[in-house]
Formats: sequence, C-alpha cells, structure tokens
Amino acid sequence: MDKKEKHITSYSLFAKVLVALLILTTISVLITEIHFGALSVAVALSVACVKVALVLVYFMHLKWENSFLRIMVAGVFLLFALVLVFTFIDYLLR
Amino acid sequence: MVNTSQENYLEYRGRFKGLMGWLTSTDHKRIGLMYMYAIMFFFIIAALLGLLMRIEKIAPGQTIMDAQTYNGVFTIHGIIMIFIIVIPGLAAVFGNFFLPIMIGAKDVAFPKLNLLSWYIYIAGAIMGILSQFIGGGAPDTGWTFYVPYSAESGTNVMFALLAAFVLGFSSILTGLNFIVTIHRLRAPGMTWFKMPLFPWSLYATAWIQVLATPIIGITLLMVIAERTLNIGFFDPALGGDPLLFQHLFWIYSHPAVYVMILPAMGVVTEIFPTFSQKPVFGYGAIAISSLAIALVGYFVWGHHMFTTGISYWSRWFFSFLTFIVAVPSAIKVFNWISTMYGGSIDLKPPLLYAISFIFLFMIGGFTGLTLGALATNVQTHDTTFVVAHFHYIIFGGMGFAFFAGIHYWFPKIYGRMYSNRLAYIAWGILFVGFNLLYFPLFVIGIQGMPRRYFDYLPQFQTGHVISSIGAFILVAGLVVMFYNLIYYRRKGEIASANPWKGVTLEWQIPSPPPLENFEEIPVIKDKPYTFDNKEEKASTGN
Amino acid sequence: MNTSTAHTDHYDPESSKIGMWLFLFTEMFLFGGLFLVYAVFRNKYSADFHHGAHELNAFIGTFNTVVLLISSMTVAMSITAIQKKNRKLAVNMIIITIVLALVFMLNKYFEWSYKFEYKLYPGSPVMMNLPQGEILFYGLYFMMTGLHALHVLIGIVLLVVNIFKIRSGKVHHERFSLLENSGLYWHLVDLIWIFLFPLLYLVT
Repeated sequence: MDKKEKHITSYSLFAKVLVALLILTTISVLITEIHFGALSVAVALSVACVKVALVLVYFMHLKWENSFLRIMVAGVFLLFALVLVFTFIDYLLR
Repeated sequence: MVNTSQENYLEYRGRFKGLMGWLTSTDHKRIGLMYMYAIMFFFIIAALLGLLMRIEKIAPGQTIMDAQTYNGVFTIHGIIMIFIIVIPGLAAVFGNFFLPIMIGAKDVAFPKLNLLSWYIYIAGAIMGILSQFIGGGAPDTGWTFYVPYSAESGTNVMFALLAAFVLGFSSILTGLNFIVTIHRLRAPGMTWFKMPLFPWSLYATAWIQVLATPIIGITLLMVIAERTLNIGFFDPALGGDPLLFQHLFWIYSHPAVYVMILPAMGVVTEIFPTFSQKPVFGYGAIAISSLAIALVGYFVWGHHMFTTGISYWSRWFFSFLTFIVAVPSAIKVFNWISTMYGGSIDLKPPLLYAISFIFLFMIGGFTGLTLGALATNVQTHDTTFVVAHFHYIIFGGMGFAFFAGIHYWFPKIYGRMYSNRLAYIAWGILFVGFNLLYFPLFVIGIQGMPRRYFDYLPQFQTGHVISSIGAFILVAGLVVMFYNLIYYRRKGEIASANPWKGVTLEWQIPSPPPLENFEEIPVIKDKPYTFDNKEEKASTGN
Repeated sequence: MNTSTAHTDHYDPESSKIGMWLFLFTEMFLFGGLFLVYAVFRNKYSADFHHGAHELNAFIGTFNTVVLLISSMTVAMSITAIQKKNRKLAVNMIIITIVLALVFMLNKYFEWSYKFEYKLYPGSPVMMNLPQGEILFYGLYFMMTGLHALHVLIGIVLLVVNIFKIRSGKVHHERFSLLENSGLYWHLVDLIWIFLFPLLYLVT
C-alpha cells in the first residue's frame, strides 16, 4: 500500500542521539548552579525543547514521516503555545 | 446501477442473531443506528425534564417541585443534552452511517475501535443517569460544574464528573477514527477537494474532538482530585484560583459548541444542492470555512467570562475573535442561500427543515453577537437571554439539522419512505412550538430574568406562560415526528435507491445499503454535486 | 466480529500510525492542561515554587531522567532490530526497556514514600500549614508525577504484550505496527518527563 519502503534507522544513530540528550541533561542540571534569576525558567525550558525535538525527530521517527504528520505535530505544539498566550493575556494584564 | 447481490445491512445475519447481532457488530451503519437509538432514548428523558422545568415556571413560586429538585433537574437536563446528545449527536449518528459511504469506503478505519467507543459512550451515559440516584442526591451544579461550588456541593457531583470524563473519551475515539478514515480510505480519485462537504465538516469536527476534549478530561480529574485528595487547584482557601477552572472548562466547552454545530452545517450543505438540483455554491469557501471555524473557535473561550474580572485586554481579544468567528458562519449562510438561488427547488420535508435551520441558526447567531459584545454582555450575562440564545443554536441549529438529516436519509437508512403529509404537519407544530418556547426568553432575559432560577417576579409571568405553552406544542410536534419516523420505518412504501435525485455516493448504492456498501470501490472523476451528467458520474462499477 | 470480517483484518500500518499520533496528541493536551495550571501558579507564586523545587531531590530527578532517556533509545533500537529480522535482539531490547521502567518506578516509590514519611501528602496537616504557593506546588508535583507514573505502568503493560506477540510470531519484520506504536507511546512518556524534570526539580 505504501509507496516507499520503511526507513530503517541504524543503531548507531540512536546511540548518538542518546549521547546528545545526556549532554543536554547535564547542561540543564549544571545551569541551575549558575543563577540566571528570572531567565532560569526560559533557559531550562529551551534546553527541554531541544531535547523534546530530538526525541520527536529521531526516536519518534518524524524525520522520515510524511509532511502531514510533521505539520500536525508542529501545529499541536503551536496550538498549545497559543492557548498559553491567550490565558496569560488575562493573567499578566489583569 | 442498483445491485441486489449482497444482503443489506439490516437483514444480514452474522455469528449472532437479533439484538446480539447488533451489539457485536462492527458495521459502521449499525453502530450509527445504535448511537441514534441511544440518543433518541436519552433525548426523550431530557426533553421530559425540560418540560417539567417549564411546568414549574408556569406560575411564580413553587408549582410542582422545590428549589433543590429544580437545581437537580436543570443540571441533569444540561448534562444529558450536552454530553450525551448533542456532542456525539450528528457526528456519531450520520457521521458513522454516511462518512464511509460518502467517501467511497467499506467502513471506518478502525471498526472495532468504533464499536468500543459506542460501549464507552453507553457506559458514560449510564453513569450520568446513575449519578441522579446514588450517593448524596442529584448533582445541583449545572452542567458547567463551576468551582468552588462543585468542589463543595454535598450532592453526587463525583459521579457526574466521571461520566463526563468517560463520555469525552468516547468522543475522542470517534474523532480519531474519522480523521484516519478521511485520510486513508477515500476512494481512488477522490482528492480532498472532490470530497463532499459533510465529510469536510466532520473532518473539522474530529480535530476539535481530538484536540480540545483532553483539556476537559484533565480539568474534571483536577476537580475530582480536589474533592477526594484535597489538592486545591481551584480552592481560594488553598491558594487556588476558581477562574482558572473557568478558563480550562471553556477551553474545551466552547470548541465543543462547534463540535455540535459543524456537522449540522455539513448536513444541511448536503440537502440544499439536492433539493435545488444545482451544484453547491462556493464549494471551496464552505470547505475552508469549516476549518476556519474550528481554528478560530478554539480561541474564543473567554467570552463566557466577560463578567468575571478577567483582564481588559483579554476581554478585548476574546470579543474581537468572537466577532471574527461569525464570519465563516455567515459565509456558509450566504452559500446555502446562493445554492438555492435559481435552482429548481423541491420543497420536500428535508429542505423545509434545512431552511428553518438557517432561520433559527441566524437568530441564535445574531444574539450570540449581542452576547459577544462587551457592553451588552454585562446586561444579558446569566439571564434567560443566554438560555434562549444557546437553545436557538443547539436545538434550533443542531436539532433542526438533525431532523433535516433524518428526513433526508431516512429512505436510505431504512429503505422505506415516511409520510410526507405527517412530516409537514410535524414540522409546522415543531416550528411554532419552538419559537413560542424560546423567543419570550429573549425578551424577559433583557428585562432581567436570571437563568437557573426556579422562581421569578410576577412581571415575568407573561413571558414564562407563553414559553411554557410553547413547550407543550413543541413536545406535541416531537410526538408526531417520532410517530411518523418510527411507524413508517417498517410500514412505509418501499423507497427507491435515489428518491431525491441526489448525486453524492450514498445515492448510488441500493437502499438500504448492502453490508459492505460497495460491490466495487467506485473511482471518482468529477467534483461532487455535478448534476447535469449524473448518470455517468461515480459509477459503482457495474 | 460478525460483519465485514475481511475488512477488519485489513492491515494498514500507516492508518494505525496516524491513529496513534492522534492519540498522543490527546495525551499531550491532557498533560498540557496541567502545564497550563503550573504556568499560572508559577507566575503567581514564584518564590514558593522556587522553594518547593529546592526541596525536591534533584539527584533522583536527574537519575530518573537518564533512566528514561536510555529506555527510550532501547525501545527505538528494538524496532530497528525487528526490521532487521533480529527477533532475539528486539525482545532483549524490550526487556531492557522494561527493566529501566521498573527502576524508574522504584525510584519514584522511594521518592514518594520519603515525602509520606515526613507526612507530606495532599490533605495532610503538614502540607496544609505550608505557604499557599507550596501547597499548590506539591499538589501539582503529586498530580503530575502520579499521572506520569500511571502512563509508565500502561507503557510497561504494552511492552510486555509486545514480547509475547514477538515470541508467538504475530509481530515480525513485515508486521510490526504494534511494536512501533508502543514505541511511540513510550517516547511520549519520555517526552513528558523531559518537561516535568526541569519544571519540578530544576527551575529554582
């Protein structure tokens, strides 16, 4: 039914991604030692976002999926971000 | 064109006979009908509860029930009507029955999951009903479950919350099933823009079901946690925020309104071209406006909270977007009317219902703008004006579209024809009764009659009496309509495969449809709603 | 079932995968609701949340993060293994994943029982005497990690089912949709933890 053969990801690529994820985890732990103050949430979340992106793209195979799924996943995150923004239009400007 | 080589789905005997044959069937047509019978059953209960409320309000003071009973009655009326009837409503009944047929598929993508979601639905519905009878008495929070009261009320709110949670799960699974079905099972040649418009509206609906319902799920879980574990997210005494509940609740429950109305719009979009014998006007605009409504409808939830003290800018944005979301709805209305313009109109009962849908939906829509405007909202908030508004949308819109749909597809579903004469009579009674019932509520609402009160000041009595009389007329209309449909389901004249000269795929197969819909999957060449050369269009392969 | 038997048996991995992703979207929004609540209260009670996060054991949190990340890799590898017709390696990778999941749960158990020892649980007098922001922080902590742990348990059950299906030959190199979707589910569990970890343990 499917046009193309299923992509087989190599073991070594998964291992490399894991190493990258572990490095990022270390970074996020070390970063809390330096006190960024108000920025600390932003920094911690940015690192988390990079990690999540790695999981989505490689572990969850999105890199090799068709564009529909990729757009939808991006859309879902965008939708949630917008919900946050709209809620905070209330809470921050009250 | 019509083949009879396959047994039709009503007569088919599988491993089990009779009732078990239905309860274990994964056939999308049988599941659609099982949804319909369940919904009809609960609708009768909830409509009777509504009638009881109207009787209570026929005179000031206590008439037939005390205040606490009244609180319980309007709560369960709301829970049944919203969560059990209109949210699954059209999508689960006509969506299940006709989505696969209209896109040229043999079934939905996950038939077993489809049956499972029916069982989950029934489980949730039974829990909702049970909540009335066990524990500390009938829930009295209103269907909105607003905290802090819902966290404190001694009545059986827990069970009702769980019921809503379970029903949400069923709704998610149906939505998921439809999205995958539309993506994967369209007949060869049916590109996205050759798909009929009812499937388009179901597609937009399904996305809302998948992306909004989990929010109410977690919110209800949080209220349950608040009641059982003392985790006080919404309790001000523990630092929680009751307004946060309202945000979370309406993040789901406003899009849920579009879960109700989008399939209704889809149904009437099918009816107008058929009875005008003319291609639908502005196909692309209707298809895209469904998606636009779904998207913008996600970001208008705050208009339920204008009087709660949310920030100025927040009110500004939500009001603005509320007006924006009216635009795609208006586009659809213009398209329906333009579709009829210059067509050879055949005013059969389905079209009559569809036209009254436009009329009632527009009254509901315009009063919605009154509520969406910041200044007038302060006056009309929590009055019967709101009650009238959403009954015009939900009953006048979704309800009348349902009646239009059942009259349209009845010959296809049962292979028999109902009595046209009775259908016209029922329509007349329903239409008069409906407007008598709800229109006075606009008037006394503006005058200051609050909603959800079991008593009222004498000056509102005229309005309430007219409304109560309307309720009885409406119920009489429902009785005639149900009699017409139920009696002629078995006793009516045999209907031909295509009594209305429709051109979408469901009219190209026999009535009632054979077990797997199509002997051979059709190959689509033309745009939908091509009327002139309909004989060659979308051949069923024989 | 009794009707359209031929149709239900129809195997379409692409459909299943889209269906699974849609289900994951609903899971994301389920947790999304909690993240929204977290964001609102964090904004309102920054100092209390700061203090609450400080009280949580960052070492246990980090350890569990590493455990989940590794398990995510092993479950991904099991899919590669089954595609390469290496059933034995696939089963072994799943077993490693389950062991790691159990380690995660054990850790969680110790972490929670440590809190309970100090009478710190929802509704306890100790918790009710904390400042309001900290009550909410711990409420969120228990609700978020609790719901996440529930998902870990469901994931473990799914993976066990996969082992049996691979052994009995029902899941193989041409028909591994079940394993693929269970893998996706497992990655989602990981993905949610990646957000939970900094929000609950690190952001101080």
